[in-house]
Amino acid sequence: MSEIESIKAIKGGEFLIRETQADSVFIPEEWNEEQLMIAETCTNFLAQNVVPNLTRIDEQEEGLMPHLMEEAGALGLLSISIPEQYGGFGKDFKTSMLVTEKLGAGNSFSVAFSAHTGIGTLPILYYGNDAQKEKYIPKLASGEWKGAYCLTEPGAGSDANSGKARAKLSADGKYYLLTGQKMWITNAGFADVFTVFAKIDDDENLSAFIVEKDFEGLSLNTEEHKMGIKGSSTRQVFFNDCKVPVENLLSERQNGFKIAVNILNLGRIKLGGATIGASKEVITSAIRYANEREQFGRPISKYGAIRYKLAQQAIRTYASEAAIYRASQNMEEATEMYEASGLDPIKAKLKGTEQFAIEAAIIKVHASETLDYVVDEGVQIYGGMGYSAEAPMDRAYRDSRINRIFEGTNEINRMLTVDMMLKRALKGELDLMGPAQKVAGELMSVPDFGGADEEGLFIKEKKYIAGFKKAILMVAGAAVQKLMTQLGKEQEVLMYLADMLIELYVSESLQLRVEKLVGLKGEEAVKEKLDMMHVYINDAAVKIANAGREAINSFADGDERRMMLMGLKRFTKTEDINTTQARRNIAAKLIEANKYCY
Amino acid sequence: MVSLFGRFRGGYMKILVCISQVPDTSTKIVLKDDNTAINNQGTTYIVNPYDEWYALVCALELKESGTASDIHLITVGKADVEPVIRKALALGGDEAIRIDADSNDPFQTATYIAEYAKSVSYDLILCGKESIDYNNGAVGAMLAGLLDIDYIGFATDIQINGSSVIVKREIEGGEETDACSLPVVIACQKGVAEARIPNMRGIMAARTRPLKAVTPVAVDPVTEILAYELPPAKAGIKLIEADNMDELVALLHTEAKVL
Repeated sequence: MSEIESIKAIKGGEFLIRETQADSVFIPEEWNEEQLMIAETCTNFLAQNVVPNLTRIDEQEEGLMPHLMEEAGALGLLSISIPEQYGGFGKDFKTSMLVTEKLGAGNSFSVAFSAHTGIGTLPILYYGNDAQKEKYIPKLASGEWKGAYCLTEPGAGSDANSGKARAKLSADGKYYLLTGQKMWITNAGFADVFTVFAKIDDDENLSAFIVEKDFEGLSLNTEEHKMGIKGSSTRQVFFNDCKVPVENLLSERQNGFKIAVNILNLGRIKLGGATIGASKEVITSAIRYANEREQFGRPISKYGAIRYKLAQQAIRTYASEAAIYRASQNMEEATEMYEASGLDPIKAKLKGTEQFAIEAAIIKVHASETLDYVVDEGVQIYGGMGYSAEAPMDRAYRDSRINRIFEGTNEINRMLTVDMMLKRALKGELDLMGPAQKVAGELMSVPDFGGADEEGLFIKEKKYIAGFKKAILMVAGAAVQKLMTQLGKEQEVLMYLADMLIELYVSESLQLRVEKLVGLKGEEAVKEKLDMMHVYINDAAVKIANAGREAINSFADGDERRMMLMGLKRFTKTEDINTTQARRNIAAKLIEANKYCY
Repeated sequence: MVSLFGRFRGGYMKILVCISQVPDTSTKIVLKDDNTAINNQGTTYIVNPYDEWYALVCALELKESGTASDIHLITVGKADVEPVIRKALALGGDEAIRIDADSNDPFQTATYIAEYAKSVSYDLILCGKESIDYNNGAVGAMLAGLLDIDYIGFATDIQINGSSVIVKREIEGGEETDACSLPVVIACQKGVAEARIPNMRGIMAARTRPLKAVTPVAVDPVTEILAYELPPAKAGIKLIEADNMDELVALLHTEAKVL
């Protein structure tokens, strides 16, 4: 992809058609002293206040979770990136991601924290007027009040705009009377403020309302019995002519769906951060157990089958983390750019986040599936003890599963990834057609064997990644041409394309992270991370090739199919490497450190 | 020696807290140079827990209750210890002093601190009962000796009323209560205060709190470390059934040879 101008990626989705420079990405190895102190405060808070109480939390001991939230609030952890004028610390997005990541290891507490600071607080912060912000934000920032978000209904989950909740103006014009039923409402049991979505009269689109728990007509159902995150309060919330003062309409009438979508963009990348925090914690437990548990006279960490699992858990987590902080940095940069162009800070923030909504969806899927992999193998490493409720894997395994469902199911997020990409191309925001046609032309020409002799630590990986991009452009381009408007209905094809995009984005993020790191610390100091990159990209090539083949086989035949399959093979070809040795190296360091150490 | 510390009036007490940087407890110690030095490459450092959890937090409590007015933190170390000092400053403290020297000799360290302390007239000097790296537990007492003021070690509770000080301290098999007057050096341990977690406000303030480097006085160390030795690798553990006392006694006699 050398012919493509190398610039800093400042537009979302551009990773598919541009080459990114390693020095332009942010990597977690660059946290500054203050950020590391904040991270340590989070870790210490979990160790002292949350971990010793996990069982009591899961039993939903009366008052415990709100008390923990207040304690987190007293440390300032609920208001990291809330502006100082509302009692927050005005830190950048990456720092708030770091806090989310560190507290992500806190099981149900993490869910309550994320819901409060994300969907519970941000709609008011981003869309509220001055009076609303002054009334609610300082209390939410300190933890005195807890927030919740009511979007989902029994009949409206992924299809959020189809909800039945309705609002109508009271006869005296002072109130909206809100009627409806909301379900799966996180923090409902102790929340003081709810952001509620409902349509006014027969509107086509949702509106949003700020509803206090004491408003007449609001009532709560009992706690749901859930598979995991048992300590997180989840209830149905009923509104029966609930009297909401007219000044509590959030933003403009019918602007609710936009609020919901924009808040979800942030929620998705934050969920990525939280799941990576949980992954690291679970990996540490698995390593410690593997080092302690002896069978046949040796700790099981000495066995290759276990080493493979430990290495694989770490590789996927490290790669996912690379993508999360790369995108976080991009969101910050885009926000700054919009702010510099004259937008007010909050609008700039929303637009900056929206710009990287594709990446946020990718990260949500990859990080939540990484955690599910990590807990699954965590149980396996623990063996019989993994199945015992006495050991930590039981809770980790159950708590992980929800992450693939909430903040938009992973299926919805996969479809969104492709859908947003194509929509941006149609709108002319992203030039996919040019590069796609170029790739199509390349299919007809003699393969380029040049560059094989080039030397350099990352030459091969950069070539592989450029190939992945071509593979995706080829398959996506053909799918659009063949299926036209039907593509939206061919969900299997969308899933394959999304899988290809996810593996590309994460591979590239990992490659850039390791390249930047080598520049900072030298090759010798990061050799296990080079191993991680080699293994990840090796595996990604196989996944991309498989997904591409399935997609091609579903819509092409004859010569066209043969040609595309040959192209796919060429674009996803990587040299054989000894991944077994690489994984052993990666695992050896984990075992030696007796914790997740990357 | 006439006390340099006699100026104390209630509410204006100046406290000096001695802070030491130690390797994180999970750090794996690696030796170098023929076992005469510790390889600190890749080591993460923390504030010595006895200094942080008990001495510093005790000082903060005294300030919060209006008993003390100023808290200074002091450490001995080169510029690379500054991140750890800022960690302590994130918990609290008005300013920090770094004596610009490397030392693991308690007398040398105590002399550096004493010389600085003389120039400021502290009413109370707090330190941890020991640092968890070299475990000498000597600096506090030496400091008191050099300043010619009282010293109380292994404190578990400190009460200050005016210039009178009541300290409970742990002794073998029990507890002792001592009384003395300010100024005094007290070495703290568990019980003196509850560990705290630095909050966001403190972390953000840590950067702006003064941290000054001071040139050390000339003093030679009185001890020299000849060699380090790592503990022997953990031997295998033998589990014996709880009701099999005879076997336990036999093994203690024949194998462990402790009976």
